[in-house]
Amino acid sequence: MHIVVCIKQVPDSAQIRVHPVTNTIMRQGVPTIINPYDLFALEEALRLRDRFGGEVTVLTMGPPMAEDSLRKALGIGADRGVLLTDRFFAGSDTLATSYALAQAVRKIGETWGTPEIVFTGKQTIDGDTAQVGPGIACRLGLQQLTYVASIQDLDLAGGTITVSRRAEGGVQELKTRIPALITMLEGTNEVRRGSIGDVLRGARAELVVWNAQAAGITDMTNCGLRGSPTVVKRVFAPKGRATKAIQIDTKDRDNEAIVEDLIARLYAVQPSLEDDLLRMAAGY
Amino acid sequence: MATIEERFDAIVVGAGPAGNAAAYTMAKAGLKVLQLERGEYPGSKNVQGAILYADALEKIIPDFREDAPLERHVIEQRIWMMDDTSHTGMHYRSEDFNEEKPNRYTIIRAQFDRWFSSKVREAGGIVLCETTVAELVKDTKGHVIGVLTDRHGGPLLADVVVMAEGVNGLVGQRAGLRDELKPQAVALAVKEMHFLPQEVVESRFNLSGDAGVVIEAMGAVSKGMVGTGFLYTNRESISVGIGCIVEDLAKSGVTPYSLLDQFKAHPSIAPLIAGAEVKEYAAHLIPEGGFRSMPAIYGGGWVVTGDAAHLVNSVHREGSNLAMTSGRIAAETIIWLKRRREPCSFDNLAEYRKRLEASFVLKDMRKYQKIPGLLHNNRQLLNLYPRMLSGVAQSWLRVDGKAKRSKETEIFKAVRKQRGLVGLVADGLRLARAWR
Repeated sequence: MHIVVCIKQVPDSAQIRVHPVTNTIMRQGVPTIINPYDLFALEEALRLRDRFGGEVTVLTMGPPMAEDSLRKALGIGADRGVLLTDRFFAGSDTLATSYALAQAVRKIGETWGTPEIVFTGKQTIDGDTAQVGPGIACRLGLQQLTYVASIQDLDLAGGTITVSRRAEGGVQELKTRIPALITMLEGTNEVRRGSIGDVLRGARAELVVWNAQAAGITDMTNCGLRGSPTVVKRVFAPKGRATKAIQIDTKDRDNEAIVEDLIARLYAVQPSLEDDLLRMAAGY
Repeated sequence: MATIEERFDAIVVGAGPAGNAAAYTMAKAGLKVLQLERGEYPGSKNVQGAILYADALEKIIPDFREDAPLERHVIEQRIWMMDDTSHTGMHYRSEDFNEEKPNRYTIIRAQFDRWFSSKVREAGGIVLCETTVAELVKDTKGHVIGVLTDRHGGPLLADVVVMAEGVNGLVGQRAGLRDELKPQAVALAVKEMHFLPQEVVESRFNLSGDAGVVIEAMGAVSKGMVGTGFLYTNRESISVGIGCIVEDLAKSGVTPYSLLDQFKAHPSIAPLIAGAEVKEYAAHLIPEGGFRSMPAIYGGGWVVTGDAAHLVNSVHREGSNLAMTSGRIAAETIIWLKRRREPCSFDNLAEYRKRLEASFVLKDMRKYQKIPGLLHNNRQLLNLYPRMLSGVAQSWLRVDGKAKRSKETEIFKAVRKQRGLVGLVADGLRLARAWR
């Protein structure tokens, strides 16, 4: 069995700082990580591989430094890393990204065997759109299983897969044909820690690096800024509210006085409240 | 457990200044080097003031200035003797420090260490992060042959293990190669990063371009303990911190953060950081026991470098340069042995100690070996004298209608009352003897 896992290198949002002076995001020195949701997809793929045999190929699109995330994925246990990198991809929105990734998955299939399953994380923490996974599925004509919480059954001979999908108001159990694309929910498994052999292999592995042409992309109008109808017009820090929280001093005061104080302050900022309450009390 | 068949020329434990210097030097010379770092990335766990001494790095990467992340080069050093409301300062500022290849820089370690580690990789070293060395593996004769990590698999085998694991030295301790840290031989330092616009930093310290200022403070700020405070200017932030000997902190019950808060509130410090936004808070141990607290630094199949070897010159506030130099010298010794096809045995690695003795590292460590003990037993040196100096300065400068001669007599009397003539002379002699 062949599984492809799409991952993205993202800035570690826990460590991003807003420049205190200019209010812009300080990218310099912010460590990058594998998009945390993608790790659950990777772990699920590794579990299927361990059960059914086969290979896990990890695919990422990004600048050359995205190589680090592939090595990390190999260190967790993936078998092969493919880096799709080309300056033509710069500025891609979800439409252009899913186009490029779909082409690369196709090329991976031609090179190492058509994947039975393509995994992505639920969404990325820097874009938060959750559109790229479905975009890839759509372009490759794969069955689409989003927000998957667990894989119930995989019948390779019968060519079917059964999953639990978290939906509004409950859990759906879905069965479909493979090949399928699965976007994996967070917290659905515990991501393993690679062995010392895995991390050594990851550090030294020859990565497959493809530019657009090598991935079989000939029509550049679908790539990068040209292929991206979505434009980020402006990034800004929201202005703080003018009203600030008020702290009421409770030291050496009895409850009665504190409550009186609290009510007085509430009325002060919301003058109509007193009348409304009185009217309610009067019964209408 | 799957054994890793291959054997490395050297395994380096830790990716701080000592480990990176060792790993880079060996990888550059073509040795097969594996470096293990417990942090998420090199630098993520590392804390320093931080001053980079160019000379030590230049001997490893001569053109480091081209791409290393540096903050400001230091053109002015201020040494402040403080009482509760004043400081008496000795300042040295020189245009000569605005040179083509400056001598000292302020740096931010998280960024600097990542850069240094990228050089190790470029040189061909393998760097594995998020991998903690759990223990050393020895053969039947007690010769170190490799390490076990906190990951499955292993052991990882190598001809020599370079320990650059930092101040705690846990790997060496577990292997019985060294004792536990002693509370009187280690300082706990806390620091904060205060962000200010670049122009504000420059106007407050009278700076332009990439120039920077360093302040080292002693006296009342350490509340009777052996310790010093510091303030370093970065590009658009100020590192401010204070450290005291752990034993003193434990005895006094003063918490490090309250010590730092009081230091920051001192009228000489507060205006320098006013209006800044604190973005980082860090704490770190510094091995300040000096030469006499050093553990064994080599043995069969292993050497120790940097903080793990207690290579800190606390008088001159130097440490990272001793770390880098010891890492480089350890690496050069190993390369030398490799080229002669000699094993990294106890006898052969004695060469590391020999070379370290011949360098400034152990010469300086030896020179100041009496200082930690002297300060421990003579707290007046760090506490009484700065206060006395403030008193003298104030009486001298205050114009109050008293005749100058009677003022001099008064000052002299006050000094004698605080320390006594015999005490003064003895302190002078003790200091001179320890300094020699």
